[in-house]
Amino acid sequence: MHTATLFIELGGIVLALGVLGALALRAGISPIPLYLLAGLAFGQGGILPLATSEDFIAVGAELGVVLLLLTLGLEYNAAELVTSLRGNARGGLVDLVLNAAPGAVAAVLLGWGPVAAVAMAGVTYATSSGITAKVLSDLGWIGNRETPVVLSLLVFEDLTMALYLPILTAILAGVSLLGGAITVAIALATVSVVLLVALRYGRFIEAFVASPNSEVLLLKVMGLALLVAGLAQQLQVSAAVGAFLVGIALSGELAHEARALLIPLRDLFAAVFFVFFGLQTDPKAIWPMAGTAALLALVSMVTKLATGAYAARRAGVARAGQARAGIALIPRGEFNIVIAGLAVAAGAHPDLGPLAAGYVLILAAFGPLAARLLQPLITVVARRA
Amino acid sequence: MEIEQTALPGIGLKHEFTTQSGRRIAVVSHRTGRRDLVIYDRSDPDRACEAVQLNDEEADALVELLGAPRIVQRLNALHREVEGLVSLQLPIVDGSPYAGRPMGDARVRTRTGASVVAVVSGGQVHASPAPDFPLGAGDVVVVVGSPESTSAVADILTNG
Repeated sequence: MHTATLFIELGGIVLALGVLGALALRAGISPIPLYLLAGLAFGQGGILPLATSEDFIAVGAELGVVLLLLTLGLEYNAAELVTSLRGNARGGLVDLVLNAAPGAVAAVLLGWGPVAAVAMAGVTYATSSGITAKVLSDLGWIGNRETPVVLSLLVFEDLTMALYLPILTAILAGVSLLGGAITVAIALATVSVVLLVALRYGRFIEAFVASPNSEVLLLKVMGLALLVAGLAQQLQVSAAVGAFLVGIALSGELAHEARALLIPLRDLFAAVFFVFFGLQTDPKAIWPMAGTAALLALVSMVTKLATGAYAARRAGVARAGQARAGIALIPRGEFNIVIAGLAVAAGAHPDLGPLAAGYVLILAAFGPLAARLLQPLITVVARRA
Repeated sequence: MEIEQTALPGIGLKHEFTTQSGRRIAVVSHRTGRRDLVIYDRSDPDRACEAVQLNDEEADALVELLGAPRIVQRLNALHREVEGLVSLQLPIVDGSPYAGRPMGDARVRTRTGASVVAVVSGGQVHASPAPDFPLGAGDVVVVVGSPESTSAVADILTNG
C-alpha cells in the first residue's frame, strides 16, 4: 500500500515536471521557475499536498545538490580556475561586493539579523552558470568578445562558493566565532589542497577512476563524489563543496565522459531538488513577499549590469558588449536556491524561503527573456553609435 | 598575422584574427568536438553576427577547400624563392604502370632526386603522402625539384 502511494505520487510529480520542461523548451525559457512552481503547488498549502513521498524527495533533493555541484566541477579543470583567478580577480571582487550587498542590505532592513544577511548575500550574489551558459549558446554569443569575461566571472563565483558555503554552514549551525574561524580555515585548506592535488597529481586520481566501461566509471565517480561530500559535511565544509572539488580534480576526456554519464541523473535529481524547495515553501507566504522580491530583483539586475559593464570594459570591450555582459549575468537559479535551502533547513527567518523563491522565480524566468528581447535593441543602438 | 587564443572556461578554446580587409574571424573549439566558425559584426566588432556550427566532417571539408589552393600557392612562392626549383603537377594517365600501385614503387626520389610533395586524389589534397599511398588513374602527383629531375619523374610516371 505504502509503495503504491509512493510510486503514484512520485510518478505524478516527475511526469508533471516532464510536461513543464516541454513547455519551458517551447517557450525558450529555463525550466527552473516552472519546477519551483510545481513544488509550490504540491507542497504544504498548495493545491495537491503530498502524503508519503516527502521523505524520498528530501533525500533526492540532497542528491540533486551533490550532482549539480559535481557536474559543475567537471566542467572546469584546475588550470582554468587558476588562470581565471589570476586574470579576473578584480572583476570578481567587484561582482562579489556589488551583488552580495543587495541581499545583505535587504535582510538587515527587514530586521532578520546578521545570519540571514549572510545567507541573503549569497542568494543575490551568484549568477546561475547553467542558465547563463544556455543563454550564451542559444543567442550565439559564445564567440563574442565579452564572453570570456562573463565565463571567468562565473568561474570566480563558483570558486567563491567553495569558500562561502562552508562559512554559511558554520554560521547557520550557530558555532562560535572561534569555531567559525576554524571551519573557514579547514575549508580554505581543503580547497587549496584539492586544487594543488588536482594540478599536480590529477592523473593518479584519473588513473584510479578511469574505466573503459561506462557503468564502472559512473559508479566510481558517483561513489567518490558521495564519499567526499559526506566527509566534507562531517568537517562542516558542506557536502556540495566536496562534490564540486571532486569534479574539479577530474579533467580532460575522463571528465567529459563522466559528465555525459551523470547529466541524466543530475537532470532528474536537480528537478527533484527544485520541487523540494518549492514543497517547503508555503505559496501563501510568497504573496506578502512578492513586492520585496521584485524590488530586490530589480536592484540586483542593476548591480549585475554594472558588474558586467565594469568587467567587460576592463577587457577593452565596447559599450554594446558591456551591456551584453551585464545581461548575461542576470539569471539566478540553482545556487541561489541551494543557499536558501541550507538557510531554510537550519531554521532561518520564515520569510527567507518565500523571498528567495520569489526572487529566483523572477530572475530565472526574466534573465534569459531580457537577453532575448534586448539583443536586437543593443544591435540597433550599436549601429547608430 | 597574429592569431589570438582565448580560453573559454567550461566550453573550450577560441582562436581569432583580423583579416587584411578588417573583418574579424574566429573558430571556437568546444570540448565536445563541436566547432563554431564565427564572423564578427562590422559595426560592433565584439559581437558574433554569424556563428556556423560544424561537425567533424564539415570542418574537415572546409579545411580541404581552404587548404588545397594554398598548397599550390605555397609551391609557387617556393619557386620564386629558390631559383632553379620547379614544381610540376603530373597526372597519372590511364595506361600508367603505377596506376593502382603504391607510390613507393616508383622510387621517384632515388631515381631522380625530385620529391613528391602532394597527391591530389578525388578532389582531395594529400600533403606529404607516405610511400604506401596508393596511386590511381586520374590522380595528380605534385613534384618539386630541378627542371631535369621533374621531367624525369613525368617520364617515369607515364612510361615506367
